[in-house]
Amino acid sequence: MDVIPVTITSRGLGSTARRDVWWATPLAIFVGLSLFIVYATWAAFQNAHYTYGPYLSPFYSPELFGDSPHAWLGPKPAWIPAWVPFSPALLILPFPGLFRVTCYYYRGAYYKSFWADPPACAVGEPRGSYWGEGSFPLVLQNVHRYFMWIAVGFLFILTYDVWLALWFTDAATGATRFGIGLGTILLAVNVVLLTGYTLGCHVMRHIVGGAHDEVSKHPVCDRAYACSSALNARHQLYAWLSLFSVAFADVYVRLCSMGIWTDLRIL
Amino acid sequence: MIPEATFKIWRTHPGGGGTFQSFRTKVSEGMVVLDVVHRIQAEQAPDLAVRWNCKAGKCGSCSAEINGNPRLMCMTRLSELNLWEPVTVEPMRTFPPIKDLVTDVSWNFRVKKGIAKFAPRPADAPDGTWRMAQRDIDRVQEFRKCIECFLCQDVCHVLRDHAKHEEFIGPRVLTYAAALEMHPLDTADRIPAMKAQHGIGYCNITKCCTKVCPEHIRITDNAIIPLKERVVSRYYDPVTRLLRVFKS
Ligand code: SF4
Ligand code: SF4
Ligand code: FES
Ligand code: FES
Repeated sequence: MDVIPVTITSRGLGSTARRDVWWATPLAIFVGLSLFIVYATWAAFQNAHYTYGPYLSPFYSPELFGDSPHAWLGPKPAWIPAWVPFSPALLILPFPGLFRVTCYYYRGAYYKSFWADPPACAVGEPRGSYWGEGSFPLVLQNVHRYFMWIAVGFLFILTYDVWLALWFTDAATGATRFGIGLGTILLAVNVVLLTGYTLGCHVMRHIVGGAHDEVSKHPVCDRAYACSSALNARHQLYAWLSLFSVAFADVYVRLCSMGIWTDLRIL
Repeated sequence: MIPEATFKIWRTHPGGGGTFQSFRTKVSEGMVVLDVVHRIQAEQAPDLAVRWNCKAGKCGSCSAEINGNPRLMCMTRLSELNLWEPVTVEPMRTFPPIKDLVTDVSWNFRVKKGIAKFAPRPADAPDGTWRMAQRDIDRVQEFRKCIECFLCQDVCHVLRDHAKHEEFIGPRVLTYAAALEMHPLDTADRIPAMKAQHGIGYCNITKCCTKVCPEHIRITDNAIIPLKERVVSRYYDPVTRLLRVFKS
């Protein structure tokens, strides 16, 4: 490439001629994501109060090993040494966690809010060096597509949890009967939002049809691409709503289980 | 609306560098920043250099930084600005200055020449015409709305703060490349160059380009990320690489 050099006057962190509150959005994202990370980490280490009746907190689903009736493979296996911190959430949470960490939307958001690269548009940066996503370590973000497939698997599991959350056991008789509680609705809304988030993923959009230049010639891809694109246009919204709903569902189950809140039975 | 306002306009010095010069001028309802610049030029500073053409947001000539935000001067109404404080008007900071508000954007045109040309497949019909579906062409039509104002290039931190002009073609030229690469008739392969010479990996999807685009092109979501995904499939994804080996 034939280039005329541009004299870049080095601008330090935060230097800008902008007058608006450019720092408000990155700060809000910083606070929002930090709160989520702190809460999710705390909740994952608790190893308690993650089920209530037929509900299972989405942070703990699937419960591979654990003490609740939701556990797939029974209690914590003996081969896990006692000194290793254990909770069913710690086994599975890295997968949806890394799915979000490598998401195109969150990447753009935390590069700004956590790494000031840039702090906001047309605002000076703290560092002069820059590698981008083309070289190590950030080139590893490209693993996102694999985490997306895992996230699709989680959607099925969480949908199954909603189904289970429809069957309440009567404490007196031991009989199981159909019912709907506020918890059931929260778990269902969570799955809907997570589905909106996952199916609108940029990788999903690429794989279901975006990779074709003439997607109209592939009828199934054509429909799927249109749906994924529609969700993708609101990817940021779904990213936040589903982040909130997943944490709120955990809070709800936790409060019910701790006896602080009584589950509202609708049916 | 207040009758008079102060504008601090960037003036370059003959020897290099520049400073803001303050102008107090009359303002009225419905004016845009370009009107103010013209009034100052007519009444106070006849040597003030500004590039413009259409005054309708369609030629892409009047790009500048107004109160630090990359904008078209002709599309920035005074009613959007706080006129109680001085309004700053600067040239785009990512390109070499020529005079006052005018910068040398020729780099963009040179870089654009490096993108492989449109290479349509052989005609679909004996009369030498092609057939394509409207929705397939709609996808690239979005990118063709570009007016080449280069505001996206100006705001992109890879160019603005890191001056990677030699390794990164920037959002405008990536959008141009996407318009060709995703074109239903095109047969050329630009993916290897995207990764190597054009440096798509430098983009960290922070979307400032999308925010400033006066044509509201969803540059990051619709042009850059889909190109990035094509690069991933080609170079970074072992499964798609293996599938290609089997196919060939
Ligand atoms: S999204 Fe990419 S191309 Fe656009 S401004 Fe940000 S780094 Fe530059
Ligand atoms: S993509 Fe938008 S911001 Fe960039 S040059 Fe074209 S019209 Fe201007
Ligand atoms: S891009 Fe956000 S989930 Fe894939
Ligand atoms: S003068 Fe043409 S875009 Fe402003």
